[in-house]
Amino acid sequence: MRFLLACLLALLCAAPLRAETAAEILSTNAALVEKASRQTISPVIDALGASGDPAAAQVLESWGNKGLGIRKSDGIFFLITANEGGYALRDLTGAAAGQAAKSDITELKPNAGVRGMIATALVQFTLSDPDATKRAAALDSIAKDPKPEALAPLRAAIPNEPDATLKAQKQRLERLLTLRFDPDSAARIQAINSFGADLGLDLRGALNPLLATTKLAAATPPTANIARELKPGRDLTESEAYDLLVSANLAPARLTIAAARTALIANLANGAVGGVPLADLNTQAARDRAYTALEAAGTVPQAATDDEAAAALKAHHFYDIYTEPDPAVTTAASAALKSIGHKVAAMQAADLALDGLSLASIYFLAAIGLAITFGVMGVINMAHGEFITMGAYTGYVVQLYVPNYTASILIALPLAFAVTFAAGVAMERLIIRHLYKRPLETLLATFGISIALQQILKNVFGTQARPLTSPAWLDGALSFNDVVSISYIRIAIFVLALLFLTFFLWLMKRTRLGLEVRAVTQNPTMAASMGINPDRINMLTFGLGSGIAGIAGVAIGLFAKVTSELGTDYIVQSFMTVVVGGVGNIWGALAGATMIGGLQKLIEFFNPSNTLAAQTYMILFIILFIQFRPRGIITLKGRAAGD
Amino acid sequence: MTRSFLTRTPSLLIFITCLAIFTIFVTLAAHTGLISTSFVKTLGKTLCLCLAALAMDLIWGYAGILSLGHMAFFALGGYMIGMWLMYARTEEIVVASLMNSGLPATPEEIQQGIASQIFGVVGASDLPTIWSFAHSLPLQLILVVALPGLLALIFGWLAFRSRVTGVYLSILTQAMTLALALYLFQNDSGLRGNNGLSGLQNLPGLDAVSQDSISLWFFWASAAALGLAYLTLSWIVSGKFGSVIRAIRDDEARVRFLGYSVEGYKLFVFTLTAVIVALAGALYYPQAGIINPAELAPIASIYLAVWVAIGGRGRLYGAVIGAAVVSLLSSWFTGGRAPSIPLGFMTINWVDWWQVLLGAAFVCVTLFAPKGIGGLFDHFAGLHSPDRKGAPLGPDQGSLQEKEAIE
Amino acid sequence: MSQLLEVSGVTVSFDGFRAINNLTFSIGPAELRAIIGPNGAGKSTFMDIVTGKTKPNAGTVTFGEKSTSLLKLSEAKIARAGVGRKFQRPTVFEDQTVTENLTLALKAARSPWRVLAWRSKPADHTRIAELAQQVGLSDHLPRKAGELSHGQKQWLEIAMLLAQEPRLLLVDEPAAGMTLAEREKTTELLVDIAKTRAVVVVEHDMEFVRRLNCRVTVLHEGSVLAEGSLDHVTKNKDVIDVYLGRG
Repeated sequence: MRFLLACLLALLCAAPLRAETAAEILSTNAALVEKASRQTISPVIDALGASGDPAAAQVLESWGNKGLGIRKSDGIFFLITANEGGYALRDLTGAAAGQAAKSDITELKPNAGVRGMIATALVQFTLSDPDATKRAAALDSIAKDPKPEALAPLRAAIPNEPDATLKAQKQRLERLLTLRFDPDSAARIQAINSFGADLGLDLRGALNPLLATTKLAAATPPTANIARELKPGRDLTESEAYDLLVSANLAPARLTIAAARTALIANLANGAVGGVPLADLNTQAARDRAYTALEAAGTVPQAATDDEAAAALKAHHFYDIYTEPDPAVTTAASAALKSIGHKVAAMQAADLALDGLSLASIYFLAAIGLAITFGVMGVINMAHGEFITMGAYTGYVVQLYVPNYTASILIALPLAFAVTFAAGVAMERLIIRHLYKRPLETLLATFGISIALQQILKNVFGTQARPLTSPAWLDGALSFNDVVSISYIRIAIFVLALLFLTFFLWLMKRTRLGLEVRAVTQNPTMAASMGINPDRINMLTFGLGSGIAGIAGVAIGLFAKVTSELGTDYIVQSFMTVVVGGVGNIWGALAGATMIGGLQKLIEFFNPSNTLAAQTYMILFIILFIQFRPRGIITLKGRAAGD
Repeated sequence: MTRSFLTRTPSLLIFITCLAIFTIFVTLAAHTGLISTSFVKTLGKTLCLCLAALAMDLIWGYAGILSLGHMAFFALGGYMIGMWLMYARTEEIVVASLMNSGLPATPEEIQQGIASQIFGVVGASDLPTIWSFAHSLPLQLILVVALPGLLALIFGWLAFRSRVTGVYLSILTQAMTLALALYLFQNDSGLRGNNGLSGLQNLPGLDAVSQDSISLWFFWASAAALGLAYLTLSWIVSGKFGSVIRAIRDDEARVRFLGYSVEGYKLFVFTLTAVIVALAGALYYPQAGIINPAELAPIASIYLAVWVAIGGRGRLYGAVIGAAVVSLLSSWFTGGRAPSIPLGFMTINWVDWWQVLLGAAFVCVTLFAPKGIGGLFDHFAGLHSPDRKGAPLGPDQGSLQEKEAIE
Repeated sequence: MSQLLEVSGVTVSFDGFRAINNLTFSIGPAELRAIIGPNGAGKSTFMDIVTGKTKPNAGTVTFGEKSTSLLKLSEAKIARAGVGRKFQRPTVFEDQTVTENLTLALKAARSPWRVLAWRSKPADHTRIAELAQQVGLSDHLPRKAGELSHGQKQWLEIAMLLAQEPRLLLVDEPAAGMTLAEREKTTELLVDIAKTRAVVVVEHDMEFVRRLNCRVTVLHEGSVLAEGSLDHVTKNKDVIDVYLGRG
């Protein structure tokens, strides 16, 4: 292998010195080119590849695409394009060279083998193309569809790579190809080991095919790279094992119910089959008896009985066979995959934690407003979900008028707050204040508002999803490696959640309003007697809770579909967050959101195909959780908790 | 206490009489072709909804537990009867088609045929374990009562044991409904995922009978069930039991110190109403013809509460009136038969705006007429409640407001 | 004479604050006892513990001849065992008639099934009439409890307690909000009741306590400060310091 590399290197270095043009090479080897075959053409293609002529790539490409022709009159090569008058000609440097009739030109039609060689040579060209983006694209296409032929040109293209990043990519790809396609087993193992516990998906993609297995049945151990022996009944079902025997022609096929049926119907005579009357054939046992009678009479083929099938299974062994014949390589590959597996598991846990955190911040944003109204005022706001939806639609409307996405989001956030704050205050003034201390009535009244609001939003904005586009700088994801990554939108939402946590803590602990809110929460009568107006406090609290719902709506709208049902999807989870977290405490909402978000991701991780089931189990868990902490994770203790 | 049961509940005789007259009228009208078969079905379904509302009134209006999960039991009852209807009907079809295939069918073949007929849509070909009893009408009828009852018993035991009350309980029941709905939405839940069960209007073995007669039968059955339930519940609430649960609604701590096991009573009422609602569902869905998990959406249960609130909670006839009026109005408005109102700059199309009207009406009822429609009867009867300056009747969240407390 | 209720070594803390601290208390089967003490002395918490509303952190509470532990029983079971409680504010079921209120309280089976099957018998009518007579509500039987005056509600509640036929009665400030005549009547009634069963009265009003003429237990900071006749405890130096001295 080293030798080969050295040769290629020498060839490449020598190329500029020889300074032969593509045209010269072709005309020197005209006969070979015209009757190109896989065995003979290689020196010509190599020479073209090594010529250093900028036209060589174009020539090769045209040749591969049946775009190269010879003028019969003088044997000169042209790049040809078929048109109505015959062919449009260009000379090999690409300059137009007139028109020729169809009969004047011999179109070169290289066979598949030659086309393959041309393609390989072309790879080398693109890999050494002066344009870095083309080189990167060539690397991508090789990585997407790795072939053994790409190995040699790739190796040749490494030393002259000026770009350090691309060079590293080339070297990585070279090792990935080596471990799969290099004829030398030692080189492959070395390539495998050189990666260590690398987390790249490309590495796992390269290693996994090495460990692909097929199932095989044999009487004696086969001379193949055996992964393991399979025991029928343990590693594979007995019927699967028997099917293997049948497909390897080691045993006769068993009688299927449908086949037996067909056979019985075919041998129906005088209202009976094999001596069993037709009317009696309504049980499987009777049908078996009839078939056995037919077998004995020789009218139907023998089918394997249960005993025979069991004996056949006993007489044979079953194996998982690696398609890769080299045991040293498979051992190295499985060892490498194992160590990668451990690392991937750790990284997945980290990724899961990130996912959980981001879901938790969404729930936190959605629930914080609810926690304020529910916790501070004891009011359940069923229309909270619609406030979230209103926030998202506010963002949509702003984007209709402000085309700049960054600016529109910056406008939408405070505007959504203002809109839902106003809606919340209106609702509190008009309805809720008449229903204080009647939580169940409040629940129902706000539900009435919820269905009315939802329908109004549907009537105004229609049923189809409206776009709320995030600014370009929020596109994409921050990825640490191929396993751990998090999208920027989710980071932004996380930051937003943190901001609100801080804001809320500041508001409650450091401002006059917060002090008054806490006073009203703890003892409204006393607060009122000290000159605090509980009406005003309740109004502001409710407005604040609703306003935050609006902001949450903008945030959720950035990644979810904005429909009139947007809020409904989050409302139950928000309730759960508040209930699980504990009422009357911002930390409770935080703890609840973290628990629900984390748990939901964890359940989804164990059962990734089924998010519906995840939600079901989540809710069941919450119902059970309430058994042990009826007042939530963070509770007020002692007498203050009341009854 | 000296008065007899009938004199204590004067509304009972009036109600039963009205129901009987209504039933006879509908029967005559259907026979003379005055009303269509589909309208008879609508009326029959409405009676089932009234039955569910009756149960809701017992648990919310009388016991003060605002359950937002009772429509889950309604749907479960429907699913249980639907399983038999679908199985038996498919069995007929499968047996008929196997008859022409040369050999008499074996039980296994029939089973296989039914399974692949029913579960082909969700890509399965085996009958799930929960269909083990689907072949038998009596067993499945037992399940109509037993499964929702058991679920209510387990859920109620867990919830009441940990003294979850008020809005917490409401939210928890809502979560239970949502969990059940999400579970049923899965294709591998064994109940055909979001396809649900269909073709339930065809009664097995009664192909010869027209839908006209079947719809009337179901209408009669629904009316009989409603009448019977009204009678039973009137008897329950007028006795000491009713007194205990109303006491629990208004002040459960006090009831506890009287020596009553509040949790036991709540569990009893929760389970009893779940069973009644499940029976209503089992009568409803054969008339509707189709059931799918969307029927379990939490919003359906909230509507149940809306009906009771609009009709007037804490009085049985209020629940029936509320359910009948709102659900019939709802189908009138959403059916596109209500005339649109042109306003110049826009047109109020009731299909789109009915929900808004309902929501607003609901808010108004909660705010201004907590007695609901039933309050009108008090007004005509000249009943007045003592002036308590707006104070509620007890410290608990479920307790009646001053305005509601008249009977 | 063995004791009906024995509370020993009971401690309750809320968030580190000891509402009841190593409290020991006992009362015989037919005894009237007054408990006094300043605010926060633990009087209400003491009642909460006996009726099962609050579970103590340490200590034992036993009741009756068999010395049943009350700590493992629910509120309802404790009530059925024979402990009745009257709250400070009258708590009657205002939406129901006086008769219904009394029927609820009548000693009878309490399980849902039995209650469902319950029908009133002539004996129950007699008993209700008797109780109403005792508290002067005979004319108000068909009225809703919500329509009664404050004092009448207090009486109704006492009648309900009697209907329960408890062996131990815990009464929280019965005289609050009553007229002088009503107070006198209450005193008589309590003294009369205490002839057949144990009665514990928690009261602030010294005049009222004096009129009860019974043993007095003084609570302070969750434990018993002094016990004896009212004259005896009012002479106790500790009591004067912490309670009377300030009051």
